[in-house]
Amino acid sequence: MNGASLRLRGRVAARLGDNVDTDVIYPGRYLNITDREKTAEHLFELTHPEIRAQIRPGDFIVGGKNFGCGSSREQATAALKYSAVGAVIAVSFARIFFRNSINLGLPVVVSPEAVAALRAGNEAEIDLAAGRVVNLATAAVFPAAPLDPRAVELLEAGGLIPYLKKKYVA
Amino acid sequence: MGMTLAEKILARAAGRETVAPDQIVVAAIDLAMSHENADLVRKSFLDVGVARVWDAERIVIILDHRVPAESEKTATTHKAIREFVHQQGLRHFYDVGRGGICHQVLAEQGHVLPGMVVVGTDSHTTTHGAFGAFATGIGATEMAGVWIEGRLWFKVPSTLRIEVEGEFAPWISAKDLILNLIGRLGADGADYRAVEFDGSLIRRLTVASRMVLANLSMEMGAKVAFTPVDYVLLDYLAERTARKIPMTTDFEPDPDADYEQILRIDASEIVEPQVACPHAVDQVVPLSKLGEVPVHQAVLGSCTNGRLEDLEVAASLVSGQRVHPRTRLIVIPASQHILLEAIRLGYIQQLVAAGAMINPPGCGPCVGVHQGILAAGETCISSTNRNFHGRMGSKDSKVYLASPAVVAASAIAGRIAHPDEIVTQEAA
Repeated sequence: MNGASLRLRGRVAARLGDNVDTDVIYPGRYLNITDREKTAEHLFELTHPEIRAQIRPGDFIVGGKNFGCGSSREQATAALKYSAVGAVIAVSFARIFFRNSINLGLPVVVSPEAVAALRAGNEAEIDLAAGRVVNLATAAVFPAAPLDPRAVELLEAGGLIPYLKKKYVA
Repeated sequence: MGMTLAEKILARAAGRETVAPDQIVVAAIDLAMSHENADLVRKSFLDVGVARVWDAERIVIILDHRVPAESEKTATTHKAIREFVHQQGLRHFYDVGRGGICHQVLAEQGHVLPGMVVVGTDSHTTTHGAFGAFATGIGATEMAGVWIEGRLWFKVPSTLRIEVEGEFAPWISAKDLILNLIGRLGADGADYRAVEFDGSLIRRLTVASRMVLANLSMEMGAKVAFTPVDYVLLDYLAERTARKIPMTTDFEPDPDADYEQILRIDASEIVEPQVACPHAVDQVVPLSKLGEVPVHQAVLGSCTNGRLEDLEVAASLVSGQRVHPRTRLIVIPASQHILLEAIRLGYIQQLVAAGAMINPPGCGPCVGVHQGILAAGETCISSTNRNFHGRMGSKDSKVYLASPAVVAASAIAGRIAHPDEIVTQEAA
């Protein structure tokens, strides 16, 4: 697993609304899939099955408030990450989903202003360290909530597993 | 300035005199619980490559999401977990037929005590705030970190205090109170925050009913949710643990604690059963606003409402009646212990005689895996905790959430019904 770059460039693959829950991201019936790569096959399967085909590597998903609410299932984060989503930008995140994303090395960005402006298909650039999102389609710049240094450290390591490996085993 | 209960517990666990909201602290973990997703935790743990878990006494694994195994894939997962438990010498493992739903088993086996920091790879781990524990859900990889390090970082949450006075009207229960609150506050109304429930009504509730409040606080985003540590709780614990729990101010907020918000609720104002409509837990309306909603299935169970008092009210309502011909009633006692008690007290006989099917203790259809999946076009009334799209089966099915009394009444009526309608029918 390679560490996430703190500067990301991608295209908005899809815009979703408020309270996108974990059953919508990854249905409970597939929770016995524990191979992380395979979780990608069921991303948004029940309600937005078309999104998977629209994602190009590094693309962004844009959501409203409380993105990832509901279950603690880590497969919801894994399905996004292994579908090659580069980051999720939302108005706010549910706390377990937020932590799972940092732990699996999927950048999550809180920026209500960027969410209000970005449209599907827009190219955007995220600077995680500076706390900034740029809509490259319009050159508009939006502030993003700065990530806690601990979260930055984990993202740079590529997630919690490589971080712990380095700390205890290597 | 004093501290809220969440702040007090985190300060103790982090070895600090005081903590304040938004500080990041590293807290020692007292108890780490997982269910079937222990297999994911195990994989992350093995990926890191550390040989032994930090403390074999503090890890509890309880199989509940797919019991007994519904597929070869699950059977393989269960087997891998059993082998890991044996290899690591984990003392607290509840296999098929020995436990039930993880949150119920932790409670009734006396694993959770006031003042503990508890993490579980299940979002409804907030349930254990009913025991005065700082208890919250985490993901599987994060749990692997806990298995290795025995500690975890937390952002100290601000606290929302909810004081509830008054009396419940007939047929109104803890489920109606918490659904009403979620409807008012929204699915993100308590995001990242601690909730402290208190007030004269809360202090009169049974431990089982307090667990409903702490459990469903997750559905408004709460990180943790407490009900008071009082003699009602200590009496419950005295029957389940040899540990003597002192009544101390360590387990209550300081009188001068600083709250982000204090809500004062008069429970008497909730005059009707509350129902959460598809497909969000915060879409809550009083029952009479629903109109005619026929139901194909009624589910009584889950970590929210599968306890003895829930089976009791349902059994008393359906006793001597028959489940509606176009409806099926599925009852899932939350644990083996509850199943045994429900047999002894005659509730199971009353439910089966009325036409209910009894599922083995576990999560059953709540998580959409087995034992009561819905077809496209079907509608279910359920005492469970989530009604998201496709939660219990087809994406074109609907789940309404309500109290055990409303679930039982609806099973008899064949449509979402007020318990009074059933009682009247019986008397007539």
